[in-house]
Amino acid sequence: MASLTRNRKLTAESRWKRYKKHKYLFILLLPALIWYSVFQYAPLYGVQLAFKDFRVLEGINGSPWVGFKHFEVMFTSTSQFWRVFRNTVVISLYHIIFGFPAAIVLALIFNEIRGKVFKRVTQSISYLPHFLSWVILAGLFGTILSPSTGIVNYILTMLGLDTIYFLGDPDYFRFTLVTTSIWKEVGWGTIIYLAALASINPNLYEAASIDGAGRWKQTLHITLPSILPVICIMFIFQISGILDAGFDQILNLYHPAVYEVADILDTYVFRVGLSQMQYSLTTAVGLFKNVIALLLVLGTDYFIKKAGQEGLF
Amino acid sequence: MFSRMTIGEKWFQVFAVMFIAGLSVLFVYPFIHVLSISLSTPSEAIRPGLHLFPQEFSLEAYRKAVSSTQIWYGFRNTIFRTVVGTVLSVVVMVMAAYPLSKKYLPDRRFYTLFIVMTMFFSGGLIPSYMLIKSLGLYDSMLVYIIPSLFVTFSLLILRNFFIGIPQELEDSARMDGANDIRILFSVVLPLSAPIIATITLWSAVRYWNEWFQALIYIQDQTKIVLQIYLRRLVVENQDMELRMLMSQQPGQETVTPETVKAAVLMIITGPIIIVYPFLQKYFVKGVMIGSLKE
Repeated sequence: MASLTRNRKLTAESRWKRYKKHKYLFILLLPALIWYSVFQYAPLYGVQLAFKDFRVLEGINGSPWVGFKHFEVMFTSTSQFWRVFRNTVVISLYHIIFGFPAAIVLALIFNEIRGKVFKRVTQSISYLPHFLSWVILAGLFGTILSPSTGIVNYILTMLGLDTIYFLGDPDYFRFTLVTTSIWKEVGWGTIIYLAALASINPNLYEAASIDGAGRWKQTLHITLPSILPVICIMFIFQISGILDAGFDQILNLYHPAVYEVADILDTYVFRVGLSQMQYSLTTAVGLFKNVIALLLVLGTDYFIKKAGQEGLF
Repeated sequence: MFSRMTIGEKWFQVFAVMFIAGLSVLFVYPFIHVLSISLSTPSEAIRPGLHLFPQEFSLEAYRKAVSSTQIWYGFRNTIFRTVVGTVLSVVVMVMAAYPLSKKYLPDRRFYTLFIVMTMFFSGGLIPSYMLIKSLGLYDSMLVYIIPSLFVTFSLLILRNFFIGIPQELEDSARMDGANDIRILFSVVLPLSAPIIATITLWSAVRYWNEWFQALIYIQDQTKIVLQIYLRRLVVENQDMELRMLMSQQPGQETVTPETVKAAVLMIITGPIIIVYPFLQKYFVKGVMIGSLKE
């Protein structure tokens, strides 16, 4: 027992010595520690609002506790919560079903292209939309998809089809969300897969072609298994973001006519929380969302490790 | 190489090239379309169909766009926040990434977790909003800079790069009596130019494009940024802004909302599109480095 305390004292002492020895390293790190404490951890203190009735004059501390009242309000059928929740999950599932494989497929196609200059130029072009904000793209798509003067509807009319109000018709709005989002991010999404593809040992392909495997068989048996770890990690991120259905995009593209199909958790929190000042209710919605997201990361990570792949943690 | 391919592979190559070429057209055309409309006369702008080059050329939309005082406030503030924000952000991220890359940093594991953990939770919009208000950042130009100083993903990419720098290079400098800060600036930074370029570009784009904080935290009309100005025109369809832009003196050429919106859009997108071809390799480099696991 005595030796144990002495040991502990020693470690405390040596820790102090180590800090003293590397004080400049610690000084360099200090701004980051302060920033993360203030802007990432301090807001957690405000999360208690989810269990309180916020009163402006009394502040966070002075507001009375109300237990799970806001969660009850949230989950009752009369609130808009379930509509918003369903929209979020449905839109995210579309992103997972169509957007997630799109980047992998595009990366595989890029990987097959032999012309070096052509490949480099087209890749660069495909990354560009990633660097533009959804405000800019809202203007761009507003013009391109306009029912009266837009080029897309012009082509549809030429083909003898009906004009579609892509940004205003609830039947098409989610389709528009997913396609415009793929347009913006698919090129950028290929980079990580291309990096993984570039690191595959070329001898594997040579050996396979000696064994008589064609390109398709090589893709199936060498390429895909080689990039599977990367696909898994990207999939964890994708699943953990299932309650983020694209706030920036939707807030700039939607309007009341399509709320019914496009209002998601984040836009709901923004509108009801900030504009209607329902701080407590929307903090509860935010908390619900964050807890689910955290569970999803841990859960997906667990399953992927179970399946024998390298996870996140 | 080509001759060694089978017939099927050749056909696939043709298909792949055509597919990628078609896709590139889909990526590029919208910009050409809007650029062409911004340079068109009103009657030309509302003509449905392909817009590659204006049949009837007019600079009036740009003249109108730059005649608004708001857009000049937007320019001033956007450039301010992009320059100051980017410089500060890169400096503090480099400062933090370097110690985190060192095995001998005391409690390194704890500090790394402290930062990485924040990628997986957040307090949410309302608590953050209240924090900004209580810090006195509401309606202050500082709200453009400080709350977005750190991006955890970029910080980790920097850290991973620093880990890859051979320790021996630093040891010789240490023998000469240099401390950690000296070593960071005189040994590590000169070796890190490409990754710093990447992080700098990402930060610059981020500060140039940011609009949400500007939307919720800024009231003062002299503090608006370009993204908010554009958003009023294209998202909120604020008639007042447009009508002010459209109001004309006798004898002036006419413009339509479409051409003015397109002109403002090109003014804001232009800087990114112009620098992109020259700097694009740096835009990408960081992801390549970051994707290699430690």
